[in-house]
Order: sequence, then structure tokens, then C-alpha cells
Amino acid sequence: MHIAEGFLPPLHAAAWGAASAPFVVHGVRALTREVKANPESTLLLGASGAFTFVLSALKIPSVTGSCSHPTGTGLGAILFRPPIMAVLGTITLLFQALLLAHGGLTTLGANVFSMAIAGPWAGYGVYRLLRKAGAPLMVTVFFGAFFADLVTYCVTSVQLALAFPDPASGFLGSLEKFAGIFALTQIPLAVSEGLLTVLVMRLLMQSSTSDLVRLGVAKLTGGKQAKPEAAL
Amino acid sequence: MSRNAKINTLLLLLVAALAVIPLALGLGDGKEEPFTGADAQAEAAITELKPDYEPWFAPLYEPPSGEVESALFALQAALGAGVLAYYFGVRKGRRQGAAQALARAAAGAPEAAGAPEAEEAGRTGPARES
Repeated sequence: MHIAEGFLPPLHAAAWGAASAPFVVHGVRALTREVKANPESTLLLGASGAFTFVLSALKIPSVTGSCSHPTGTGLGAILFRPPIMAVLGTITLLFQALLLAHGGLTTLGANVFSMAIAGPWAGYGVYRLLRKAGAPLMVTVFFGAFFADLVTYCVTSVQLALAFPDPASGFLGSLEKFAGIFALTQIPLAVSEGLLTVLVMRLLMQSSTSDLVRLGVAKLTGGKQAKPEAAL
Repeated sequence: MSRNAKINTLLLLLVAALAVIPLALGLGDGKEEPFTGADAQAEAAITELKPDYEPWFAPLYEPPSGEVESALFALQAALGAGVLAYYFGVRKGRRQGAAQALARAAAGAPEAAGAPEAEEAGRTGPARES
């Protein structure tokens, strides 16, 4: 999903950089606060970042006959809230831009905005809404991760359509084109990401109930909390 | 296999199926280069929309070949998987350690009647740690 190096006009690149910077700065503050207040979070923070690392390295074939990769940002957004994910996502994007020539430094702002800010916030929003509506935890986790993934690619399509409007049909025509490439390809991948995030959340329910309770993801329900089936 | 393990395996199989189905159905057949990256398609679309657009910045480092690039992607996945595995390993070790400590304390207790109760506590113990 990363917009390749040099593929955004300088003005757009600068604007997305300026839009992303405050979120990342705020995220760094939130991250240091979390680590100071709860040093035991460090390990799970690392695991959340690692999940993004794994998923964004997996290029998976999709229904459109092309390959794309998940983002893995839904998990961290649900566990630690989106500001912290802005930092973890940026680290992943920097790794890929510097070592893999995947994405880029000039497009980093735009890529951070789609993958590390818009995606996590959308996923977190869906997760909170479904929780308020009383949906079972694993259902909320699935859709949170699904939308974190899909929205990332929709935002990328918008970013490219803004920079390269179709000469005839303008922004909308161009958006249709880019969404056809990114968003459509991403639907089965977003399902995959949802399922993998549910899997990791199930493992966390078994191994780290205390962390999940402290982070407000799981609730103590009289001794039953150790059984993930109860949450399904 | 426990019910938990069955559900987890099913989740993994579903993910694998989602990745294999497009390949098995030959959904890339009509394309010049099937199953290339969506990023490359987007670059092609940009060149189509604005033929005179030239990327104005080049990556500082570019993997010299597709093989090296694959290796670096594999490294990225391995790093992530390693940290995740480390996390779950540490958690499991802590849980087992706590359970053993409780079991040992229970074995040391003089009343035999108290032991099963303490063992029970050992099993629910992880929820209360930290």
C-alpha cells in the first residue's frame, strides 16, 4: 500500500508530512507515558509492534490477481489506543523505506497518515462502537482489525487521487481507478488480518489476561476470564 | 486437541485458504504479469494518468536484486515473528513458574486436605499475577 518513493508531488508530500507529524509526536509522548506508568507493558508493546512487522512483510495473493500485504495495526490500536500505534507503524514504515525501497522517505508522511494514523483510528473507532453495542469481544476485534486494514488502503487511494486527478473525470474518476487497485485487492486481505488478529487476541487471553484487564480490553468475570471461549 | 487449539488451527487454515484460493482459481490469468504487487500497479496507473510525471526522489538504498529484496522481507517477518514468539514464551514461562511455585507451596503444607484446593489456586493463579 505504500506510495513509492518520489511518487507524490513535493507539495503533497510536504502537506501529508505536516499532517502526520503532530500525531507521531503525540504518539511518542503517549508511548513514553505508558512505559513509565506501566513498565510491564513494554513486552506487550514490543509484541504489538512485532505483529505489524510480520504482517506488513507478508505479500499475499488476492482476488484481483495482484498481491498486497496486511498492516497489522488493528491489534496495537485496540490494545494501546491509536496514538501509540502511530509510533509503532512509523517505525515499520521507516524500516521498509530505508532497507527495502518499499514506500519512501518523501512519501513517509502520506504512508504514516494512511497506515499508522487513519487505519488505527478507524479500526479503534469500529472496535469501540461494537463494544458499546455489546458485541462479543472477538467480533469487535475482528472488525476493528478489518477496518484498520481496509481504511488504510482507502486513504492511500484518496491520497493518490488527490495528487493525480484524471484529466477527464477528475478526482472521482481517479479515485475509482486507485480504489480498484488498492481497496478491492485488500478486502480478502483485511479478512485475513481480522482472523489473524483474533488468533493473537485469543492467545493473549490465554497467556496475558492480567495485561488485557489492565488495558481495559478484557473484563474480570469471576474466575471465568481465563477461558477465551467465554469471550467468544 | 483441545477446543481452543482446534479454533486456532481453523483460523490459520482460513487465512491460508484466503491466500491460496486466488492462485488456485487462476484469478491473475488475464494479466500480463499475474500477482505483482498492487504498489507497482498504482505506479503504472500514475504514469497512465500523468505520462510526464517523473519521480523526483530515489530511494537512498535499493536492494540490488529481487532475491535480496525477498531476503530482507523475510528478515522483517522473522524479526517480528521472533519477538512475538519471545513474548508468548516469556508469558508461558511465567505462568508455569507461578503454577509450580504454588504447587510446591501446596506440597509443603502439612494438611493433605489443603493440597487440592491450593492446586486449584495454582491453575487460576496466572490471572492474578502482576
